[in-house]
Amino acid sequence: MVKEVTKLIHKYLRHDKKFPHVWCPGCGNGVILGALIRAIDRLGLEKDEIVLASGIGCSGRMPVYVDFNTLHATHGRALTFATGIKLAKSSLTVITVMGDGDATAIGGNHFIHAARRNLNITAIIINNQIYGMTGGQSSPTTPYGCYASTATYGHIEHAFSIAELAKTAGASFVGRGTVYHIHLLEKLIKHAIVKRGFSVVEVISNCHIQFGRRNQMEDPVTMLEWMRDHSVTVEKAKDMEAEALKGFFTIGILADVEKPIYTEEYTNIQKRAKLLNPL
Amino acid sequence: MIKVMIGNHAVSYGVMLSRVQVIPAYPITPQTSIVEELSEFCADGHLNARFIKVESEHSAMACCIGASAAGARTFTATSSQGLALMHEMLHWATGARLPIVMANVNRALGPPWNIWNDQTDSLSQRDTGWLQFYCESNQEVLDTVIQSFKISEEVLLPTMLVLDAFFLSHTAEAVDVPDAQDVDRYLPRYQARYRLDVDNPHSFGNLATPEYYQGFRNKIQDDMIRARTVAKKADEDFESIFHRSYGFTEAYQCEGADLILVTSGTVVSTSRIVIDELRKEGRKVGLLKIRMFRPFPFDDVIGALKDAKKVAVLDRAISFGHSGIFAQEIMSAMYNQPSKPLIYSYITGLGGLDVTPRIITDIINDACERDIPPQESIWIGGKS
Ligand SMILES: Cc1ncc(C[n+]2csc(CCOP(=O)(O)OP(=O)(O)O)c2C)c(N)n1
Repeated sequence: MVKEVTKLIHKYLRHDKKFPHVWCPGCGNGVILGALIRAIDRLGLEKDEIVLASGIGCSGRMPVYVDFNTLHATHGRALTFATGIKLAKSSLTVITVMGDGDATAIGGNHFIHAARRNLNITAIIINNQIYGMTGGQSSPTTPYGCYASTATYGHIEHAFSIAELAKTAGASFVGRGTVYHIHLLEKLIKHAIVKRGFSVVEVISNCHIQFGRRNQMEDPVTMLEWMRDHSVTVEKAKDMEAEALKGFFTIGILADVEKPIYTEEYTNIQKRAKLLNPL
Repeated sequence: MIKVMIGNHAVSYGVMLSRVQVIPAYPITPQTSIVEELSEFCADGHLNARFIKVESEHSAMACCIGASAAGARTFTATSSQGLALMHEMLHWATGARLPIVMANVNRALGPPWNIWNDQTDSLSQRDTGWLQFYCESNQEVLDTVIQSFKISEEVLLPTMLVLDAFFLSHTAEAVDVPDAQDVDRYLPRYQARYRLDVDNPHSFGNLATPEYYQGFRNKIQDDMIRARTVAKKADEDFESIFHRSYGFTEAYQCEGADLILVTSGTVVSTSRIVIDELRKEGRKVGLLKIRMFRPFPFDDVIGALKDAKKVAVLDRAISFGHSGIFAQEIMSAMYNQPSKPLIYSYITGLGGLDVTPRIITDIINDACERDIPPQESIWIGGKS
């Protein structure tokens, strides 16, 4: 018997097109797609109102499988394609899915500028700490000392914090979840979609094949346990000393601020310009 | 020493033997194993070089430019979208006269997304001022890496060597790996003629007024033309040490051929078999392999094709709105010849479409049967 939740997911998939999918068994990407679909379903959004745009990577394959308006853009450029969509048709709900390499290496520039500009776009960044699709090269979020196919003796660069970067660059909403904390993840995605402004959800995910196998976590369960054991909720972290927080990352809502969005500002400035320069 | 290796590792070994000093790179399928192998050579000391995985191909080429201007022998590798993203920097490397060498694994461009082989990526960089070599075997790949540094450092222009996605990049063959001492003899350690140097300062990338600007461009073309002589000598010197040489083109069974098929890369190997079969049947057909594409080997091409009645060019790329890119080049090379063949343009093998002996035979038969080449290229295979 098909479970209700599976039926719900199936409602949103393109069954006839692209299955089987490319993700490895146990990949976190499926968990994230599930959370995204449930969030959209629970918000009662119409499929046709939604644009799901991605870059390139394992994460980038996500739009291929779902029945929204979808755009599988070039590596790193999901947010620039999304910016164009928002300018042309700002009524659409635009969601981008990117990998950590996609969003913060080749697309890093676009990421900070999208946040600064505050377009009403939701950015889901799947942080598996590695380049999954191309075979395990280090990414800007690969932790110092970890192993990658281009760092076979340990990585000598230091990692970005995606969520902190988003905050500093000016995003209206920043959340961090994991594929272990599935209910929280769904809540964060819902919040990000509803939020007016540039919203980022960083999702810590498992690539046990490319990252785990090189870093003594070769199965998905070990990686999920690692997420469980190394995360603290924002609420709990508030009462903890800096020393006690070492080695942990926070999950939950990291920033939620109100500021005018780009398209609103645009309309306002047009009104002002018209007043000053009547036709 | 004979080693069995994939084409990508043949690149890596060529780079190691060339004693490259700086390797900035960004991963892309099907190039990744070139740079992964190199990152390992750098880490374990097989190669005394610095490897850095940068944040995009644009950055990779920009970093190559910096390293080369600082006087280091510099290499990178890419493919497809990555090469397209580098475009701006490719022009820059040429203008700054930096002898960077790059391997490009020929892969189709998106959309629709496709990771398989065709030649659109490198051919659309035709006018950037990079020398281009199209390789047919893993041995040729390794040897061409070494030759490329030799040529580039003499003419002060960058070189791109090209290998077919998967058919070479991921296919293992026996490769004779030259002795390091022999390579050192052929290609001594790099001494940059012009480099950033506090004791003898140079400036790269200055502003030039129109007269000087055109003069600089003219000089690039002069050195491109000179690159033919330099490349010929580099190939001959290579032969005297390693007993292998490749030429700019290779004419196979062209003697007395009424029809000559022209192509490049791994399709040449398949075509040889087809030509042998057809020759056995008594048909007068030949094959011309184009190895060096920039600078264009006019004399070799004209010499090989001028007496044929017909030439069929098999392109794995198209210039939309015109025809196959190799076909255009061959047509323009032959135009001013008093006696010249009819030239037919065929497009096939896009996005990895398998170019089988059947397809090659069909092309040859088609060209034999048609009295006059149509204005538009003829497409073989593919579904709509
Ligand atoms: C311009 C360009 N350069 C390189 C690539 C090759 N490439 C495809 S996916 C990818 C990185 C994948 O890593 P990430 O973005 O972290 O996503 P994941 O696969 O882990 O989901 C790269 C480098 C490309 N498609 N385009």
